[in-house]
Amino acid sequence: MSARFDVVVVGAGPGGMAAAVVAAEAGREVCLLDDNLTPGGQIWRGFRTETAHKYPHGAGFLEWSARLQHTDCAVWQGWQAVASPAAGVLRLERGGEARTVRFDRLILATGARERFLPFPGWTLPGVMGAGGLQALVKGGLDARRKRVVLAGSGPLLLAVAAGLKGAGAQVMGIYEQAPAIRLAGFALSLLGQPGKLAEGLRYRSKSIKAPYRTGAWVVRAEGRGRVERVTLTDGRNEWSVACEWLGSGFHLVPNLELPQLLGCRVEGGYVAVDRLQQSSAAGVACVGELTGIGGLEKAVIEGQIAGWAAAGLESRAKALGSQLEEKKRFAGRLDRAFQLRPELRKLVKADTVVCRCEDVVHGELESCKGWREAKLHTRCGMGACQGRICGAATEFLYGWENASARPPVYPAAVSTMAVPQNSDA
Amino acid sequence: MIEDQEETWNLFREGGMRLTDDGFFITMNGKRVRVALGTSVAAAMMMSGEPCRFSVTGEARGPLCGMGICMECRATVDGVAHRRTCQMVCVQGMEVVTG
Repeated sequence: MSARFDVVVVGAGPGGMAAAVVAAEAGREVCLLDDNLTPGGQIWRGFRTETAHKYPHGAGFLEWSARLQHTDCAVWQGWQAVASPAAGVLRLERGGEARTVRFDRLILATGARERFLPFPGWTLPGVMGAGGLQALVKGGLDARRKRVVLAGSGPLLLAVAAGLKGAGAQVMGIYEQAPAIRLAGFALSLLGQPGKLAEGLRYRSKSIKAPYRTGAWVVRAEGRGRVERVTLTDGRNEWSVACEWLGSGFHLVPNLELPQLLGCRVEGGYVAVDRLQQSSAAGVACVGELTGIGGLEKAVIEGQIAGWAAAGLESRAKALGSQLEEKKRFAGRLDRAFQLRPELRKLVKADTVVCRCEDVVHGELESCKGWREAKLHTRCGMGACQGRICGAATEFLYGWENASARPPVYPAAVSTMAVPQNSDA
Repeated sequence: MIEDQEETWNLFREGGMRLTDDGFFITMNGKRVRVALGTSVAAAMMMSGEPCRFSVTGEARGPLCGMGICMECRATVDGVAHRRTCQMVCVQGMEVVTG
């Protein structure tokens, strides 16, 4: 089937919801499409309208979901945008079913994923992303009495610790690779951000019973057939902690595949946008984590700016500019505070898998000159995830740039891709 | 599209977990497994102790990202190969084959 809208929004997290809502409230025909089962993205994953008020960020979820339900916006859940056969057209897929959607304006709000770094044992079952573990628990994974170690970087570790404790897990320790001095500077910088500070403290107070150590990181995970023990270090001493699960994510990286496919210019790891969130690709706006990892508040402001711009209400969009500046400064401070320490490049051994899809090990990759050579010689990045996981890792480990995206940006059926561009199928 | 919307909003309003619910059964590699309403297939797989798949060199793998990006949790669901199980909810009688 084929459908046409004034505005299509890809990604139903906070930024995408805000964009779709304001454009629809302004009378535009809007379609919000999203890969997940329900709207909310990652930060509002699994939130329900009856119980959301109990959770951090619940109020924002309730406001935006209520507004969304009052509009005529079409909400398509479970759909992946896999290709753009022509300007103003996206090809979508859901479980083997395909659709074409046409639009005048496109707003991308595809969010971010965790940055995963390889270390010996990171492929063992039971080693997951910190946010990944949180998402699985929200999907019904029973966390009661499970011993969990959280190691990596970023404010997400604390949020996950609080969530897991609430779900009955025993958090054995939270290990943040960034040194205390950097975080102290970051905490000071939050004094002008009461919302953020309160959020951080709320997480801290809930998870306070678990040791939170800065300047400490995972060295390896071990176990027979699954993780049983994690070894950590502070650079001087090493120690081991027994656990059933290790949640390990090193802050976030934006999901740039779709913007890159559509030709949006990327600068310094993020999509470059103007004051109305417009990218270098005509008619394509980008919001939220795509333009800088800054969290919920930045995404909601940018979503509204892009939504109003798409509806032709530029003055309303511009009025949010000063609020946005503050959130952008916060995003910059986040990136600096949680910068990765160079020691993390030394965790991989010659036989440590770097590309999980094709089982390509560090020993095969370290002699390659770049991403292209690695792909050709080792199949690194050529598997099912299309470099989504190993791309960020090889960028950090070897300094490789992986700046291209090709259709389909997700594995798709041949039938999805085979439709002629002018067809209505 | 209308049905789609209804389905989405119903899941949205009522979705998530109802742990008080008695749940229902799915089949995991031929074994009957009881799951609660709203459980993702990846979560059900982890709770049954099954690895999702074996890598090209034969390593057992479980879910990693939990949000449909890494493809580690892909398995055969109701005869369709390579489904991302973290993005799917269990339904009664579903047949999941890992590996």
